[in-house]
Formats: sequence, structure tokens, C-alpha cells
Amino acid sequence: MSTISREEVARLAGLARIDLTESELTRLAGELDVIVDSVAKVSEIATEDVAATSHPLPLTNVFRADVPEEPLPVADALAGAPSAEGGRFAVPQILEED
Amino acid sequence: MSTTTPPLVDYDEAISRFDPVIGIEVHVELGTATKMFDGASTEFGAEPNTQVTPVSLGLPGALPALNGKAVESAIKIGLALNCEIAELCRFARKNYFYPDVPKNFQTSQYDEPIAFDGWIDIELDDGEVVRVEIERAHMEEDAGKNTHVGGATGRIHGAEYSLVDYNRAGIPLVEIVTRPITGVGDRAPEVARAYVQTLRDIFRALDVSEARMERGNVRADVNVSLRATPEAPLGTRTETKNVNSFRSVERAVRHEISRQAGVLDAGRTVTQETRHWHEDTGVTTAGRVKSDAEDYRYFPEPDLVPVAPSREWVEEIRATLPEMPVARRRRLQTEWGYADAEMRDVVNAGAIELIEATVAAGAAPAAARKWWMGELARTAKTEGVELADLPVTPEQIGQLQQLVDAGRVNDKLARQVLAGVLAGEGSPEEVVTARGLEVVSDDGALLAAVDEALAAQPDVVEKIRGGNQGPVGAIIGAVMKATRGQADAGRVREIVLERVQQG
Repeated sequence: MSTISREEVARLAGLARIDLTESELTRLAGELDVIVDSVAKVSEIATEDVAATSHPLPLTNVFRADVPEEPLPVADALAGAPSAEGGRFAVPQILEED
Repeated sequence: MSTTTPPLVDYDEAISRFDPVIGIEVHVELGTATKMFDGASTEFGAEPNTQVTPVSLGLPGALPALNGKAVESAIKIGLALNCEIAELCRFARKNYFYPDVPKNFQTSQYDEPIAFDGWIDIELDDGEVVRVEIERAHMEEDAGKNTHVGGATGRIHGAEYSLVDYNRAGIPLVEIVTRPITGVGDRAPEVARAYVQTLRDIFRALDVSEARMERGNVRADVNVSLRATPEAPLGTRTETKNVNSFRSVERAVRHEISRQAGVLDAGRTVTQETRHWHEDTGVTTAGRVKSDAEDYRYFPEPDLVPVAPSREWVEEIRATLPEMPVARRRRLQTEWGYADAEMRDVVNAGAIELIEATVAAGAAPAAARKWWMGELARTAKTEGVELADLPVTPEQIGQLQQLVDAGRVNDKLARQVLAGVLAGEGSPEEVVTARGLEVVSDDGALLAAVDEALAAQPDVVEKIRGGNQGPVGAIIGAVMKATRGQADAGRVREIVLERVQQG
């Protein structure tokens, strides 16, 4: 059962800003198909009374107290920035699409 | 896309031929001490990037830890909006690329909001009540702040590069989404404004946010669509983003109605898109074409466990909810006996709390209103400040009114006492003492003044004796003048009549 088309892979790659060659698109469409089919097997055994799982640990309500902690020193915060100005990260011009 | 813009249609004309439908998304920044998923401070106005941790910056390996107080605030908001509170809900990643989102996704909620299916009654200026249905309220985090350099200041197009401050990234937000608001016709802009105002009042009453519009604590996105008749299916909507003042919310809705009517009249279709609001010119301009939800590739956040508020916890929170602003206004209006118009003026002047505190300090409601909406309102207007920022407290106004009630100062003297208080000369009592403003009702002092006045106008005495009460006023006036307005007028009248009889 084929569920992932080559066009869909191309669209997702565009959304994720991943540059894929024509041959990679073809290969990934096939691989993703297999992955999706495999994962879909889960729904064969997941019945109405089985709650969806989003975390491996059966925990809920893990909260942190609202107490401030030491922030990163600015120099450390900016250490990985290719460019900075006045304590701010300098980034390329925002894309025209927005 | 056509290159020419169809002309705007006059608002009344547009409304006469189209039925507007609006929807509003409000983001409120919660007033927690720390961010949603890390312990960085949320204090406003710090130097750039001084309130960040590896989590705020989305550094590799950094893991989020959920702020329990933010969850509690979100539940409070949900309950205040008459929502159901989810028994179990999750966070989700909303994936998109923009420099102010350092993780390349925003941690939000998708198909499992913490609160849903609510409603809130809002009151328009003329007292009409409109019920707005709430679809959902969900938790998420704020983005950083971009400053665009080069090109027109602050504008995206033509910018050469951008500077990013992540202090705001990760501040807890609750986003509240209405269902489509229909059937309000020409009042749509006013309904939109009143709704955002009502939410702001609720956030403050709940003490979940400072809710300061000018700081961007509360931000509204307004959706507008038009249809030919109320029976027709919903038209294509636009979403005008980041409208950040009450007045702008009203103006933006009004403008979009006129603009869309022009587009439809020209035989075109409205494009589903986000639009930018321009405060200076009062118009919206096209932004990006709206993404489909699936483009965000939402999926459950694997680094956080679900939130499952127990029913006991929810009821505990419900029990702490304060009276909601609209109910409170109605109660106070009844207690104070104000007419509708009087109450509306008080609300619009932001004087409810001031009057409430003044009444608590011992003034009658009518007197409290007279001070705040009269003398003090005039002073505030002259000085160009808000009532609450005047250098006088409700307690001092209460004390002043008690001096009036006790007959120790008359209205004229009271205004002089107030002037002294506003000038920083101390409490009303201190000003009375320092300026010697107390009403003179001491008979000795008044007798002397009355005798002097009578002696100066002997013919008046004859007239009064002859049964003509008219000239008594002239004598009282002379006494008031001699005592620089400080005489107790009632007592002076009594003394004058006694003197004349004795004479």
C-alpha cells in the first residue's frame, strides 16, 4: 500500500528547508512508505480503549516551581552566534515570504 | 493577483449589503516570575539576551520543564471563560522557521487544548449584552523579538539583517480563540473591542497577567469575513495580526469590512491571508497567504508528559476565582445607586476602583462620584494624566468628604483643601490646619463679624424687622467675605435673625 508520493516528499522537504536531489526524493518516497506502513501496524492492535501514548513514561503533571534561576551570561548566550550586535543575535534578512 | 486595489466602500454602505462575521484570537502573556519551560526571569525591560537559558535558546540537549503556576493560570482563565477543563491534554510542536523561534518550533497545544467550549458575556457601551462563544484556550510560549536593521525602520521588507533578543522567547502565553461571532451586524467593530477589553479586565481580576496593552501583554488577531446574507455560508476570511490597542481592534475590523466590501463589489474574491495592521494610517496590507494547519507538521511534544488536572484541583481553583468584572460592575452600580449613564462614565474614566476605595474610606457613593468625576477629573484632564496617577489617594478623598459631612469645611473650602493635598501639603486634616481653612462656627468670632456687617448697613436691619427676609443674604455675604469664606453660613443666618430680634 503506497501512501507517500514523491510530490509529498518534495513538499515536506520544502517545509523543512531540506534540499533534496531528484534521486533522493525517489529513494525517500519509497523508504518513507515502508516506515509509514510499519507504523500503521500499531493501529491494528490499538483499540478504542487504549489511550494514545506520547511519552514512554506513564507520568502526568510534572511541574517546576515558578522560581527564577540564574540565566546564561550574555557572552555565553551569544558564544555560538555567527554574528552579534549590541547583545543581540544578528541573522540574515528575513525571507520575503513573511 | 491584481495590481490595482479596489476602492474602500463606505462603512454604512458595506453593512447595508453585507453581513460581517468576526473571530478573535487573543494572546495573553502570563505574569509568572519565570518562563513556560525554564527558570529564566520574565521581567520586562531587561537588557537583550540577559534572561535566557539553554532552553530559551533551544540549545542542543536542553529539556523543557513545565511551569506549574502557568498551568494553574491557564486553568483559571479557562474557568473564568466558562470552559470545560481537559482531563488530559498534551503539548505539541508547531514547526516553522523564523529567527525569533530558536528551536525551529513553538511548543504549543494542538488538538488537546487545556480549556474548551466556553462563553463570555460582554457589555457594549449602551449596555447591550452580547454572548461570545469560546472555542478553546490553550497554553504556548512567546517568541523572541526581532529588530530589523536597514530599509524602513521596523519593517520587514527592505531589511538587510535582523537582530534577535530572546528574553521574550518562552514567556508563557495563553491563546484564546472565539467561535465565529455572527449576528452583530454593524456593531461588529464595537463587539471586537468590547470583547478584548472584557478579557483584559478578566486577566487583571484573575491576577494572571499585568495585561498591559502598551507592553504587548495582550495581543489580538482579528478575523473578518463578509457574506451577502446571514443565511449564506461563511465567506473567506482574513486574519489581521497583532492589533494591540482597544481602539485599533475596532478600527481594524471596520477597515477590513470596508476593504472586503470593495473587493467583492469589484467582482473579485477575498484572498485568505494574514494582514498587517498599520496604526498610523489605519489600514491593513497583505501579509503571507495563510498556511494550512498541516504545514506546521504538529506532533505531540515528546519531551513533556501530559497535563492531567485532577477534578479536585480544578474545583479548588474554581473556588478561588474572584467576582468577574461585568458582574462586579452590576453589583456596584446597584449598591451605589448610580444611573446607567453615570456608571458608564465612571467605567470609562477608569474610576471604579478609586470610587470603591473612597466609599470604603467613609464617603457616600454620590459624594465619591462627585469628587472623582468632577474636580479630580478636571484636574487630571488639565494635567494630562490618568485619574489613578493624581497625587491623591481614595483614602484622602474619603477623609476630605468626612470633613464636609461634619460641617468642618464647606464645598468651597473643601476644594481649597483638595488643592493643598494635590500640591503635596499632606493629608486633608493637615492642609486644613496649615492653611487655616476650617469653617468658623465659633459664635464669638461670628457674632463680631455679624455685628460689624449690621452696623455697616443699618437700613437692612429695619427691613428685616419689617418682615423682609431678603436682605439677610446680603449680611451673610458680607460675613462670608469678612471671614474669607470660612463662616458656617447656616449659623450666620441664625445669629443675624437673633441680633435683629434683640436689636
